Amino acid sequence: MTPHATNLGDSSASATRITPGNALRPEDIVEATRLGTVKPSEDVAEYALRLGDDALILAQRLGHWISRGPELEEDVALGNIALDQLGHARSFLSYAGAAWGKTEDDLAYFRREPEFRCAHLFEQPNGDFAVTIARAFIVANYQFLLYRELSKSTDSMLAAIAAKAVKEVDYHLDHSTQWVLRLAGGTDESRRRMVAGLNLMWPFVGELFQDDSLTARLGAAGVVPSSLKDEFDRSTGTVLAEADLDVSALHMSTGGGRAGRHSEHLGFVLAEMQVLAREFPGASW
Amino acid sequence: MAQNSEPNSSGASIKSVSSAASGKAVLDGLTPDPVQLAGQEHFDAVLAKDSRVEPKDWMPDAYRRSLVRQISQHAHSEIIGMQPEANWITRAPSLKRKSILMAKVQDEAGHGLYLYSAAETLGTTRDEMMDALVAGKARYSSIFNYPTVTWADMGAIGWMVDGAAICNQVPLCRASYGPYGRAMVRVCKEESFHQRQGFEILLELANGTAEQRAMAQDAVNRWYAPSLMMFGPPDDDSPNSKQSMAWNIKRFSNDELRSRFVGMLVEQVKVLGLTLPDDQVRFNEESKTWEHGPLDWDEFKEVLAGRGPCNAQRLERRRTAHEEGAWVREAAVAYHQKQQDKQKAAA
Ligand SMILES: [Fe+2]
Ligand SMILES: [Fe+2]
Repeated sequence: MTPHATNLGDSSASATRITPGNALRPEDIVEATRLGTVKPSEDVAEYALRLGDDALILAQRLGHWISRGPELEEDVALGNIALDQLGHARSFLSYAGAAWGKTEDDLAYFRREPEFRCAHLFEQPNGDFAVTIARAFIVANYQFLLYRELSKSTDSMLAAIAAKAVKEVDYHLDHSTQWVLRLAGGTDESRRRMVAGLNLMWPFVGELFQDDSLTARLGAAGVVPSSLKDEFDRSTGTVLAEADLDVSALHMSTGGGRAGRHSEHLGFVLAEMQVLAREFPGASW
Repeated sequence: MAQNSEPNSSGASIKSVSSAASGKAVLDGLTPDPVQLAGQEHFDAVLAKDSRVEPKDWMPDAYRRSLVRQISQHAHSEIIGMQPEANWITRAPSLKRKSILMAKVQDEAGHGLYLYSAAETLGTTRDEMMDALVAGKARYSSIFNYPTVTWADMGAIGWMVDGAAICNQVPLCRASYGPYGRAMVRVCKEESFHQRQGFEILLELANGTAEQRAMAQDAVNRWYAPSLMMFGPPDDDSPNSKQSMAWNIKRFSNDELRSRFVGMLVEQVKVLGLTLPDDQVRFNEESKTWEHGPLDWDEFKEVLAGRGPCNAQRLERRRTAHEEGAWVREAAVAYHQKQQDKQKAAA
């Protein structure tokens, strides 16, 4: 009966997970980089840091919904999405850290705000359920296209992480699409809230598709953000048209997250996320 | 989390019970009719064979009521039990721990779902059960009315609270009511992961810095007595246990289960290198059972009656989530209805 202190730290132990399992775990990446079989270039590491930070901050946001969802099924669904995002974050951060001799936890807990590379969209507060769905809908469309392309990366580890992630994001895409349709086509109130949610979140779309010198240097190892924009417009446009929603008049914010200039919100997210780890620097958990 | 063997809730709102059988009148107090007699005979035979009662079978009203009460209280415990642990998701000190904790709390939502479904087969709806919960009319395991003040509480809850739940629930896998027993099989598998993960958290802390070790011991000290009380009042003060055992729902008495649990803690706390806050724990060679020091049943009753440290907070949080989610649930229903209308119009 004595529990063994073996590594059970695997979220696949959860039977309520709907999305596909853990073919490539962060622990596997750590092992591969430790053995020196794979090591990211500086540019690839910087790029992985961006994707990891996006997923980490979103997971942190979504984690707050667990036990607060509008119905139990949504506690489970949003929890699933948060877990998937956290899994992707751990993979990208573990890989990025291999370039600098840092662990995923060094990067998550001991960087300061300007050192984070997430885009502003991921930092935005949850708001009500419609705001969360609006953000989730943009993220899922973006990540689906991004990971699908990245799974062809010339960097085999990035390709492997993305290939696994895209299967999970496919479910996130379905989840958020269904809710956009339901909220827009449900009651007057849900429609009003869905419109308000999109108004709040859509301005952050622009930043996701901005190219910079890093994405140019990466070439076929990464994905040029602007190359995804047309298909993003098409895929979101189909759903928004079906829901009779129009986002064409909304302006685009300037962003700055990739360069470490963040929204007003990230500092609070980090303060909460990092508080305990920083209270005990060097401790093992 | 926890099956609770706590006293009955007098106010539990179970409206549709008597209309829920196989459509036949089976009200207590009527002159036995042939259908009822045949039903009772079959029911007794099923129990005698230690076999399963299924939703469509005839069953005594009191059996149905008792099950609805127990299963819904169990479901509520899973749902309220998410809160003390969700409290630490955003602050988990490593990404691996964050991931495990999120998965765990999400599992508990799943347990709530299986259990509400099992209760629904007895003719009460999830809405009715949820309404009773947010109205403060339903009971849930009182242990969740204690606060989680340090990270070590995630370890102590997994190890002791999920551990107590396992001791309670493994025998329930054989409960005479089929849907409940089967729900318990699924739940127990996950609870044993939870317990091992909690143990692992404590082990890591116990082998960490002096501060971490003190944090672990403090959490064990605080959760020990409440976890022992999860098994319900002592046998001589547990009026429903006898009937529940006669119905093959409960298999062991509260004190028997508690004693086994203490035995398990005694073994495992050694591996942790921590201590239990009870100098009266001993193995009674005569009765072959584990004994423990006195428990504060007055406190237990106070907390159960709604006067514990977090009762109001837990209920308020559930009520807020429920009320703030109302427009979402209404939207889903309205959308579904519109889609059906469209399909009809097209047909
Ligand atoms: Fe549970
Ligand atoms: Fe559990």
